[in-house]
Amino acid sequence: MGNRWKLQPRTEQKLVQFLMYVLTSVAVLVLVFILAVILKNGLPQLSLEFLTRNPADMGREGGILSTIVATIFLTFIALLVATPLGVGTAIYLTEYTVESRITRIIRFGAECLAGIPSIIFGLFGFILFVNKLKFGWSILSGGLTLAFMVLPTIIRTSEEAIKAVPPAYRLVSFSLGSTRWQTVTRVVLPSAIPGIVTGVILSIGRSIGETAAVIFTAGSALRLPTSLFSSSRTMSVHFYILAKEGVSLPKAYGTAAVLVISILIINIATYYMMERYIKRKS
Amino acid sequence: MTKLERNDRLVRLSLLMIALSAISVLAIITVFIFEQGTPIMFRYGFRSFLLGQDWYPSEKSFGLLPMIVGSLMVTFGALLIGVPLGLASAIFLTEFSHRRLARILKPVIELLAGIPSVVYGFIGLMFLVPFIRDKFGGPGLSVLAASVILGIMILPTVISIAIDSIRAVPDSYREGSIALGATRWQTVRMVVLPAARSGIIAGIILGMGRAIGETMAVIMVAGNAADIPGSILAPVRTLTSNIALEMAYASGEHREALFATGVILFIIIMILNTIANLTSARQRKK
Repeated sequence: MGNRWKLQPRTEQKLVQFLMYVLTSVAVLVLVFILAVILKNGLPQLSLEFLTRNPADMGREGGILSTIVATIFLTFIALLVATPLGVGTAIYLTEYTVESRITRIIRFGAECLAGIPSIIFGLFGFILFVNKLKFGWSILSGGLTLAFMVLPTIIRTSEEAIKAVPPAYRLVSFSLGSTRWQTVTRVVLPSAIPGIVTGVILSIGRSIGETAAVIFTAGSALRLPTSLFSSSRTMSVHFYILAKEGVSLPKAYGTAAVLVISILIINIATYYMMERYIKRKS
Repeated sequence: MTKLERNDRLVRLSLLMIALSAISVLAIITVFIFEQGTPIMFRYGFRSFLLGQDWYPSEKSFGLLPMIVGSLMVTFGALLIGVPLGLASAIFLTEFSHRRLARILKPVIELLAGIPSVVYGFIGLMFLVPFIRDKFGGPGLSVLAASVILGIMILPTVISIAIDSIRAVPDSYREGSIALGATRWQTVRMVVLPAARSGIIAGIILGMGRAIGETMAVIMVAGNAADIPGSILAPVRTLTSNIALEMAYASGEHREALFATGVILFIIIMILNTIANLTSARQRKK
């Protein structure tokens, strides 16, 4: 190292700083470019008609109403199942047990689950829900598959929210003679709610954007879903098919815009909620 | 009192059941994927799956080597693009820029993490693929296109985790280094980065897991030919795409072979997860 030609530390500092400035700009510009392209090409496609009419001619004509409805149903089922399971697990881990082998196993399991690719969830949902349980390609199969997929997110965010409740709250509640369950439901959970809701909203965003896990479990029928067992196509699956098969570029951009805007709104809402929550705590 | 205590034990027990059932999801997934995927691997031998180069499901030839190589190539390519960009952004935003800028840009970058992967794939298909075809030749749908798109997709993950672990380094470290006459860059290189190392590595491994597990975006830009790519401009098929492309119409042994693809993917991901867990556990201990 010593013999190598070396820059003055000050020059090196300036060079590196410039290089990092350039790289950061590239990273941010690329991400912003993606967003801008979608909005620029997609926004002109949006109209009341686009949002309130069903797709016609395989998506070449009409709107995306049935896919919006399917997305909402699927997401709703996913959270209906995942929220109680996830929050219950988090309460158990934080309030009802001490660190032990069981908690370590549960945490490790949740982290592994978080890393499993969505296509594996899709395969699993296809075999268990579609085939073995004979739910077929349906809202129910898709929703349950998504529930499993978002479960780790809900467990982790709820656990963090519950841990952030000051221990003094619990002590006061105990000293007033409440049981642990009363303390959890009347003291701990109410203060942890914003954090828990944040996790739920994040999961909504993930469910809306998911494609690989949904396409093999909910199917891709374009009809308006009428029951839990109807096969249906979500917005992201619809977008994927429009774009991949080159069905209709304008409709693809329109669908992408709806998809991206709803996810951005959800994420921004989460962000503000978290900010407010953090401010209130400090 | 005894009634209350009994109720409390009941609650504890039911919460334990909930926690265990949540975690049994992992076990169920593992069991189902392996149950569906391993029999065919035993029948034809692991070697023919892992090292076979020919994927012709209709002729009972299930060599997964092209897909394994494909997955590794695009993942490596994604890291080559995503990690330098991501790390540089994280260092710039935490150490070199105005606090104001970082406060605006970090949430923007995190918001972009929520953009669905199909959208990234679509943008790749519309802009990157034609660009590569015109400037570098080949079909455009290629290892290069998949790597760039995946590299961009993992940026938000890498940046935000790197920022968090760089911020977790105590300011006293920096003050000590600057007081000794080091420049900011020397401080970053010799003090801050080594201290934040395991968090950064955990972030990179998470990004790697995301890249290797990504499906739809890759299908849209990779070309999906089931051959070992001869160059970065050649089309490529990954393990994930192999499953997604053929699942819709596969049956019998063909479907089993797709589950076998899932088994291999699953094992690779689990190894990555365990490494990530161990590194972040080490950071916590410190």
